[in-house]
Amino acid sequence: MTTVLRASGVRRTYRIGSLLSGRHGIVHAVDGVDLELHSGETLGIVGESGSGKSTLAQLLVGMERPSAGRIELLGESLHTMRGRRLRRARRDIQLVHQDPYTSLDPRMTIGAIVREPLEIHPAVVPRGDRTKVVAELLEMVGLNPDQSERLPHQFSGGQRQRVGIARALALRPKVLVCDEPVSALDVSVQAQIVNLLEQLQRDLGIAYVFIAHDLAVVQHIADRVAVMYFGRFVEEGDSVQVYDQPRHPYTKALLAAAPVPDRSARHRPPEIVLRGEPPSPLDPPSGCHFRTRCWLAEDRCATDDPALVHSDSSAVACHFPLDEPLQGATHAR
Amino acid sequence: MPAAGESIEAVVAAVPRDRRRLLRRPRIAIPLGVVVLILVVAAVPGLFAHTDPRACDLGNSGTGMVAGHPFGFDIQGCDLYSNVVYGTRSSVTIGFTVTAGCVLIALVLGCVAAYYRGVVDAVISRTMDIFFGFPALVGQVVILNTLHQRNVVVVSAVLILFAWPAMTRLMRSAALATVDLDFVKAARGLGAGPVRVIARHVLPNSFAPILAVASLGVGGMITAESALTFLGVGLRAPSISWGVQLNQAQDSFREHPHLLLFPSLFLSVTVLSFVMLGDALRDTFDPRSR
Amino acid sequence: MTTLLEVSDLTVEFRTARGWGVAVDGVDLSLAPGRTLAVLGESGSGKSATARAIMGVLPATVGRVGRGRVLLDGQDLLRLPPQERRAVRGARVGMVFQDALSALNPVLPVGYQIGEGCRVHLGMSRRAARRRALELLDLVGIPDARRRIDDYPHQFSGGMRQRVMIATALAADPEILIADEPTTALDVTVQAQILQLLATLQADRQMSLMLITHDLGVVAGMADDILVMYAGRVVEQGPADDVFERPTHPYTRALLDSICTADRKGQPLRVISGQPPDLGNLPSGCAFRTRCTQAADVCRTLPPATAVSPVHQAACHFAGGAA
Repeated sequence: MTTVLRASGVRRTYRIGSLLSGRHGIVHAVDGVDLELHSGETLGIVGESGSGKSTLAQLLVGMERPSAGRIELLGESLHTMRGRRLRRARRDIQLVHQDPYTSLDPRMTIGAIVREPLEIHPAVVPRGDRTKVVAELLEMVGLNPDQSERLPHQFSGGQRQRVGIARALALRPKVLVCDEPVSALDVSVQAQIVNLLEQLQRDLGIAYVFIAHDLAVVQHIADRVAVMYFGRFVEEGDSVQVYDQPRHPYTKALLAAAPVPDRSARHRPPEIVLRGEPPSPLDPPSGCHFRTRCWLAEDRCATDDPALVHSDSSAVACHFPLDEPLQGATHAR
Repeated sequence: MPAAGESIEAVVAAVPRDRRRLLRRPRIAIPLGVVVLILVVAAVPGLFAHTDPRACDLGNSGTGMVAGHPFGFDIQGCDLYSNVVYGTRSSVTIGFTVTAGCVLIALVLGCVAAYYRGVVDAVISRTMDIFFGFPALVGQVVILNTLHQRNVVVVSAVLILFAWPAMTRLMRSAALATVDLDFVKAARGLGAGPVRVIARHVLPNSFAPILAVASLGVGGMITAESALTFLGVGLRAPSISWGVQLNQAQDSFREHPHLLLFPSLFLSVTVLSFVMLGDALRDTFDPRSR
Repeated sequence: MTTLLEVSDLTVEFRTARGWGVAVDGVDLSLAPGRTLAVLGESGSGKSATARAIMGVLPATVGRVGRGRVLLDGQDLLRLPPQERRAVRGARVGMVFQDALSALNPVLPVGYQIGEGCRVHLGMSRRAARRRALELLDLVGIPDARRRIDDYPHQFSGGMRQRVMIATALAADPEILIADEPTTALDVTVQAQILQLLATLQADRQMSLMLITHDLGVVAGMADDILVMYAGRVVEQGPADDVFERPTHPYTRALLDSICTADRKGQPLRVISGQPPDLGNLPSGCAFRTRCTQAADVCRTLPPATAVSPVHQAACHFAGGAA
């Protein structure tokens, strides 16, 4: 298996507010992330709002520059490239956006939207073949090429997301970063898009970074999973293993909190309900960022920052990782 | 976040707006009709006035209405009706030139400021602030006073100099909102360069509010030209314009009120129709500003 | 089972470019004290419009109730004069919205907004209302309520703000609480807290909770009864256990089949083909028939609500066992 995307020690900080306003400071949106993506596999990234998962997506596709660390795409460092070379490299990694309502230009026909990447990178497809390629792409994502002259507002959310996927596929990328691709869609069409993404991966061999807050969707689609909290990976590993035997308390709490469409789980009191809410990103707790909500926290967690420790196929950043298998149905969403 | 929770707003917003129906609304159709008529008058004044505005006979100086000369004659003995009709051209030309110039500047600077932000935006914004802080009329009077040749082009240029910031500021804020939208980010993510992103995505999606304000602007600029000319620093006598006529009428309007009445009537109707059209357009494109 | 609120044949219309369109078409439902009714549906299903019509807060110029009755203790709320209607709203029926940030007034402190309900409906003095607001903030689990009572909505995090809104809805001690997607904008861990709070409040006060959501997981965890809506109509309703155990309407079944679960990993999901309904352009008869695998010619006529059991109905031609 070849590594198509590698991030090492990636950080991104933002300065927030001005000195004059009450709230200001530096936010570590992404705070030292390492990841490796092999060809044809899916890495799921789960996290709540403010965990930095969307910033990570923007860093991976080169729309944001990391404050520190390296991102390598097919062995080449993304952020040292500029101008033409960066634009060329971007062909290989594309982003599928969350909101199909705002991510398509309302004044362009869907044919023109899917065609645009081909015009930006004219070397990929000769001019004369572009119309044919656009039709093929629309067909590939399950849209009728005869509708290519229609505007986005004439389509429903699920169909628009298909247009967004077709646009992302136009340049034949090796990696697709999907940032919450189904969370803005109706329940009854989410499955269509999940199936489409899986189908495309089988046919085209693309590797996915699949970012979502919906644990069940990530569980379904991902080969490996990383759990993000406050800009860091707190746990990473084979998806079956992480869901069945979470080792970080946060992962366990997250899984326990996810509502399960299963009536038998109803009268069992929830195993863990986290108290409190994520702390302010401007002022994260010292040491382990999760310690203020963690029921296992001890003095050491406030002073020592736990590192992500790797063992066989998984990694966890906790001083007191959970080892015993989880009982009950909390994992079975 | 999951949008599956339907909102009533979404149901309402899903109603497609039929642009063709715009013309059926009286608020738009009536001023638009007047504006079109004014444009035709400005383009071919000969169709409406058969007397040469410069064929004057001092013997008729100040005479009131007579057959064939519905507005009577001015102090020089020229036919007032054809003067007013021919005056439409310079007024409207200045109105459109100045507005077009401002729109052009606004589109370029507004988009550039919104796209690049940072230093570029700061320079553009502070420059606008300087012009906003400066009394425009005084500036225009001072500059025009130092110029000897004051034709349509010169007066337009001076008006543009002081009018561009208002529209640029509007364009900048519209473009700032557009730049943050996902489809603009998507285009950048695809590797599109700044020219393409601005021309294909930012500009077309930020243009609507400017269109409405531009119509308001034409009216405003026609007034501004008349005001400057009335003050004696705008167009000069061989040029025919409403401002020039008003300027000449001010000395004798006690004896000859019609000299003031007809040019200002035309001026008011013209400005009013542009302003009403602009208002109606603004409400249509941007209902929030109502 | 006594009935507190009885809605029958409720029809809500919305103004569209082509005149008034039907968003809710003949909905019947009833709320019992101490029970939770989950209204499940996706966008365009009419679930929010139903809630707003019951509450009497449809947007004034674009939405209206076409016909139907909303009986609270036998009194038809829709026939009440506006002033009496206002007295019911808030006092006997409270409402929690999805977006607390826009539902709370940004320029008033939260304590004042919570107390407002007590002053208006219970005629409390300013001082008493403030005391009550403090109790309510405690009740909904805002830590350090005494210090936070004069804070403004934007100073609270998303979950805390949702608690504040629950407190405002509870101010006048309503018998019915309508929660419209109360946790959709929240993170999973915070959602769990808010759902637990709602369940506790409902049990302690024997309130009747109407929970509007699109999330099957939330429904499974919270509901006593379920009402499934599609394209403005009720397609299935019954006790939650029955509906989960024996989903009868093809839409309910397909919805349950299409979601991701652990045991479906590695297999393609069963999808519902096609797109959610466009209210301006619904198929005749059963609105689901164009996406339904079972559809037949008979589906071109409107299916009646067929009893699956005495308490469980589905509006499908094949619900009576023919399928």
